[in-house]
Amino acid sequence: MNTTYETDNHTKQQSQSTSLFGKRIAWRLGGAIVVLWAVATIIFFAVLLMPGDPVLALLGGGSGNVSAEVVAEVSKEYGLNEPIFTQYFIYLGNVLSGNLGTSYSQHLPVTQVLDEHIGPSLQLALCSLLLAWLIVLAMTIFTSHRRSWRGRVGSVIETLAAAVPHFWIGLILLSVFAFGLRLFPPAGSNGWNTLVLPSIALALPLAGFIGQVTRESLDFTLDQPFILTAKTRGLSDVGVRVKHALRHAVLPGISLSGWAIGALISGSVVIEVIFSRKGLGRQLYQAVLSQDMPLTIGISLVVAAGYVLANLFVDVLYQLIDPRQERVQ
Amino acid sequence: MSGKVLVVENLNIHFGNRQVVRNVSFTLEAGQTVALVGESGSGKSVIARSLIGLAGGNSRVTANTLLYRGQNLLTLNERKWQSLRGREIGFILQDALVSLDPLRPVGKEILEVLEIHDWGTKTSRKARVIELLERVGVPEPTVRALQRPDQLSGGLRQRALIASALALEPGLIIADEPTTALDATVQAQILALLKKLTNEGNSLFLISHDLAAVAQLADKVLVIQNGIVVEHGPTHQVLQHPQHAYTKSLLDAAPAEHPRGTRLSSSRQVEVRPSRPEANATVILEARNLAKNYVGPDHVSRPAVQDVSFDLRAGRTLGIVGESGSGKSTVARIVLGLLEPDGGSVALKGLPWVSAPPNSIAERDRRPHRQQISIIYQDPLSSFDPRWNVGQILSDALDVGGVAKSEIAREVSQLLNKVRLAPDVATRRPLELSGGQRQRVAIARAIASRPLIIVCDEPVSALDVSVQAQVLDLLADLQEELGLAYLFISHDLGVIRHVSDEVLVLHHGEAVEYTNAEDLFASPKHQYTRSLLNSVPRLPSAHNRVPATELLCDE
Amino acid sequence: MNSLNQTIAASKASFFWQWKDINFGTIIALVFLVSLICAAVVPHWFTNFDPLAIVPRSAFESPSLAHWFGTDQSGRDIYSRVVYGTRQSLLIGISSTGIALSIAVVLGLLGGLGGATTDRAVNWILEVLFAFPSLVLALLFIAIFGSGIGPLIVATGLGAAPGYARMVRGQVIAVRNSGYIESARALGHSPLRVIFRQLLPNAMRPLVVMLTMGIGQTIVWASALSFLGLGNKPPAPEWGTMLSLGRDFVANAWWLTFFPGLFIVLTTLSTTIVGRYVQQRLEGRLP
Repeated sequence: MNTTYETDNHTKQQSQSTSLFGKRIAWRLGGAIVVLWAVATIIFFAVLLMPGDPVLALLGGGSGNVSAEVVAEVSKEYGLNEPIFTQYFIYLGNVLSGNLGTSYSQHLPVTQVLDEHIGPSLQLALCSLLLAWLIVLAMTIFTSHRRSWRGRVGSVIETLAAAVPHFWIGLILLSVFAFGLRLFPPAGSNGWNTLVLPSIALALPLAGFIGQVTRESLDFTLDQPFILTAKTRGLSDVGVRVKHALRHAVLPGISLSGWAIGALISGSVVIEVIFSRKGLGRQLYQAVLSQDMPLTIGISLVVAAGYVLANLFVDVLYQLIDPRQERVQ
Repeated sequence: MSGKVLVVENLNIHFGNRQVVRNVSFTLEAGQTVALVGESGSGKSVIARSLIGLAGGNSRVTANTLLYRGQNLLTLNERKWQSLRGREIGFILQDALVSLDPLRPVGKEILEVLEIHDWGTKTSRKARVIELLERVGVPEPTVRALQRPDQLSGGLRQRALIASALALEPGLIIADEPTTALDATVQAQILALLKKLTNEGNSLFLISHDLAAVAQLADKVLVIQNGIVVEHGPTHQVLQHPQHAYTKSLLDAAPAEHPRGTRLSSSRQVEVRPSRPEANATVILEARNLAKNYVGPDHVSRPAVQDVSFDLRAGRTLGIVGESGSGKSTVARIVLGLLEPDGGSVALKGLPWVSAPPNSIAERDRRPHRQQISIIYQDPLSSFDPRWNVGQILSDALDVGGVAKSEIAREVSQLLNKVRLAPDVATRRPLELSGGQRQRVAIARAIASRPLIIVCDEPVSALDVSVQAQVLDLLADLQEELGLAYLFISHDLGVIRHVSDEVLVLHHGEAVEYTNAEDLFASPKHQYTRSLLNSVPRLPSAHNRVPATELLCDE
Repeated sequence: MNSLNQTIAASKASFFWQWKDINFGTIIALVFLVSLICAAVVPHWFTNFDPLAIVPRSAFESPSLAHWFGTDQSGRDIYSRVVYGTRQSLLIGISSTGIALSIAVVLGLLGGLGGATTDRAVNWILEVLFAFPSLVLALLFIAIFGSGIGPLIVATGLGAAPGYARMVRGQVIAVRNSGYIESARALGHSPLRVIFRQLLPNAMRPLVVMLTMGIGQTIVWASALSFLGLGNKPPAPEWGTMLSLGRDFVANAWWLTFFPGLFIVLTTLSTTIVGRYVQQRLEGRLP
C-alpha cells in the first residue's frame, strides 16, 4: 500500500495551495501600495488645482493687507516657490516619513489632528458595519425563502431601508430620541450612548442594501441540491440555513462589504456633522471649506489608505470562506 | 432483516391543482432492489422525495398506504421525519459536486449525519467516518476526508456521498440517478459499488432513466410515464418481454442496441437504410498532430490535446469518444478555428484552415469559407442570442450566406420543415421550447449555410432517451439527404456505436485508437478502449455480458 | 430534476395574490414618478404658493390645511418648496446618472473589449478611483471647481461612475465569453457586426435597469452634498438644502426636515421599484 507516498503527495498539494494563497496576498498587497501611490499623486495635483491662494489661507483669511515680506517668508517656509516637481518629491518624501505638515486652519500638526479624530471615526464605521450585518443576518435567516408573507415583508422592509438617506434618518432619530425622548445625547464622541444613534443612521440603509443582495443569494442557495442532501440527513430547517446555506449566502455580501466601508466613510461625513461628533469625515469637510491643504491631503491619504486596506481585508476574508479557485456562480 | 421495507399503495401527489403522480403502488422487500424508470417529467423524482418527506412545500401527498417497516409515513410531523431521515432512510442524489456542500470537507459531511442523530462519541464518530470511506472504496480515507468535493475526482466524491447516506446503516437507501453525472468507466465502478452494497443486504430504491444500468442492479422494475406506472415486474421479464408500448419504445430508443443505419424512434418496424458512402470517399477534413496546452489555476501548463490526427471523409461520420478531460471539446474547437492550437494543422478540402503559430491562419482568410463547416452544441440555449426568437436566429444564419432579404422568410420555413418543426415555431422564443425542439432549431441553423461538415459536440447528451432517438434519426436523415459529414463527439459509447463509420478514442488528450467502427467494437486493440467498452452497461437481451465486479480503479 | 423545479415553479406562480401584489406596488410607483415629472415641468399646477416668498408672521406653522407641510423659519410654505424642488432634484439625479453612466460605459467597454493590456490599465484606473470613497471624491472635485449646481452634478456623477464601470465591464466580459457570441463567430459574421449587433445590445441591457435605479441613489448623494452646503445656495428650493436649513430646528419644528426627506425616500423607492419591474420584464418571465 502506497499510503505514505500518497500522503506525501497530498501534503505537497496542501502546501502548494497555502503558498499559492500567500502569493496572492503578497500580489494584492503590492497592488495596494501602487494604488496608494497613485492616490497620493492625484490628491497632490487636485490640491494644486484648488483655487485660492494658499498663503492667504495659511495666514487665516482672504483679505489683503499682507506685506510682501511676510508672504515671501511664509512661501519659503512652506516651500511654495519651488517648481511643481520638486514640491511633489518633497511631498512624497514627507508622506513616506510620516511628516504630514501643519494644518493651516488649526495650526496643529496634521498627525495630531488625525490622532484625535481617527478613533471616533473607526468606532463609528465598525459599529455601523457590525450593526448592519447583524440586522441582515437576523432578517434573512428567518424570513428568506418562505412561501408565507414573511419573505415578502422582509424584502419590502429591506427595499424601504435602502431607499432612506442616512442623514435624514439621522435627523429624525435626533429629533425623536435625543431631543424628544431624551434617551441619547444629541452630540459628543465619548461613550457608548453617543455611538447608538449615529450607528443606527448609517447602518439602516446599508442593511437594506446588503440585505437585498444576501436575501437573493440565500434564496438561490436554498434551492441548491446540497441543501436537499443536508435535509435528507435529518437536519432541521434552521439548522440547514445556519450550518450550510449561510456560508454560501454571505459571500456576495462580503464582496460588497468593501464598497460598504467606503459608503460608510462617505456617510460619516454628514453624520458627524449632524451629531457633532469628532471624526475624520467632518474634519475633511471643514478642511476643504477652509482650503486647508495639508489637512485635506493628510485626511484624504489616511482615508484612502484605510479604505484600500479594508478592501484587502475583505478579499482575504472571502478567500478564507471560499477557497475554491474556480468559483461557481 | 426480513419483511417488507416499503409498502406503497395508490400514491398520489399534487402540486396545487396539478396531479403529477397517479395511483402508484409497489412493495420493496428487505434486501431487494426496486427500480423506478422514466424520463424527465415522469414524476419519478417526486416519488423518491415523497418517501422521505421532502416532496416540496406546496405538494400534497396522499395514499391508501405508505409504510416504512410498518411505520405509517403519512402521519409523520416534521420532527418525526427529521428523526427518520438519515437514520432509517438514506438518500443519494446525483452529481456529488453539487450535492455535497462545496465549501466543506467531505469528512465533515459524513460526520454531520452522526452528529444529528447523536451517534457515538467524538472519537468514535471520526473513526466511523474513516471506516465508511474505506467501505465505499475510497483510497487513503484519512487524507480524502479532509478534502472538499471540488478537490476530488467525480468517482471519489460520489463514493463519499454514498458513504454519508450509509452512515447509520439505514433500512432503506433511495438513490436518485446516482450515476448520471459520471464518466462511463466511473459509472461502472459506482454501479459495482451499489451492487456490492445490495449484496450485503441493503434495500435499495433506485430511480433512473437508464434501463441498462437498472438491468444490472434491480430485482423489480417499474416503468413510469407521466405519473402513471405503465408496466412493472421482475427486471428480466420487463426488459426482455415488454408489454407496454412505452416500455418498448424506451428499449427501441437505446442507441447502443441498434446498429448503424437503423431508426431508433419510429413506431414502425426497424428499417435499415440504404448503404452509406464508401470508405474511400474524398477526404474533406484533415487534422494532423493537433496539440494544445492549457494553464490550470495553479499556473502549471498541462497538455489538453497531444498529437491527434484524423481524416474526415465526405458523407461519413467520425465519432470521437472520450470521457471528461479527454480533450474532445478542445479538438472540436480547434477544428472549427475557434481555438488556436499550439501545434499541428487542419486542412479543409485541401486548403489550409487552421495552423499553429508562427504560421497561423488569419481569421479573415478563414471567414469566407466558414459556411462549409457548422457546429451544434450540447446546450443549444446558450448558443442563441437571448433577445431573438427562432425566426430571427435562423434569419441571422441565412444572412451570412448572402441570401436575399426577400427570400429569407421562405428559407426559414423550409429549414423548419427540414427539421420537422411547424412553421409557426419561427415566432416562438427558445425559452418556450422543449430540449428536443431547441436542438432541432440548432440543427436548422447549422444546415442553413449548406455546409459540408457539421461538428456535433455532445448534441444529445442532455436529452431524454426518446427525444435523443428522434434527434439522432433526424441527423441521420439529414446526412443522407444533404450529403453531410459529421464529426460526432460524445462520451456515450452507445451513441457513438450507433452513428459512427470511423471512431477515434481519446484518453487524456491522446488518440489511443483510431479505426473503423466495426473493427473497434468487435475487437478493440487498446486497453483503454476495452475498459471503456466493458463499462457500458448493456441490456440483458444483448449477447454481451458485463463483468459484474471488475473494479478498475483509475483514480 | 429540471422539470421537477419547473413543476414547482409553475405551481408557485399560480398564487394569485402574489402576482396582483407586484403589479399594485409598481403601479403606485409609476404614478408617483409621473407626478414628480409633472411637478418638475409644471409646478404651478400643484401649488399656488411662491416657494421663495418670505412671510415672517407665518413662520414655523405646523402642518395644517392652509400649509399642508407647514412653513419654515421665514414663513415659506414647505409643500410648495418641495414641489418646486422636484425640478432641481430630478435634474441633478438624471444628469449625474447620465454622466456616471457615460464614464462607466466608456471605461467598461474599453476594459471589456480591449486586449489584455487595455483591460489591465482600465482595471487599474478603476481600482485607483475606487480607493476614494465617493463623497471624498466629490468633495475634492468641489474643492477644485467650487460649489454650485454644475460641479454638484459632475461631482455626484464622478462618485457613482466607478461602481457602474465595474458592472459594465463585468457584463461586457460575460457576454463576450458567452455561447451565442462564439456561435456568431462560428457562423462567419465579421467582428464588427458581432460587436454592434449582438455584443453591445446584450451587454447594455442591464444598463437600463441601472439607469432607473441609479437616479434614486444619485438624488440621495446630491442632497447629501447640498445638505453640506456644497450645492445650490439657499434659499433655492432643493430637498437637500431644505434639510440643512431645517437642521437647526429639528428639536421643535420637525416638519422642516421631515417632508423634504420623505420625498427623497419616496423618489428613491419608486425608481427602485420601477427599475426592478423593468428588469423582470427584460429578462422575460423566467420559468
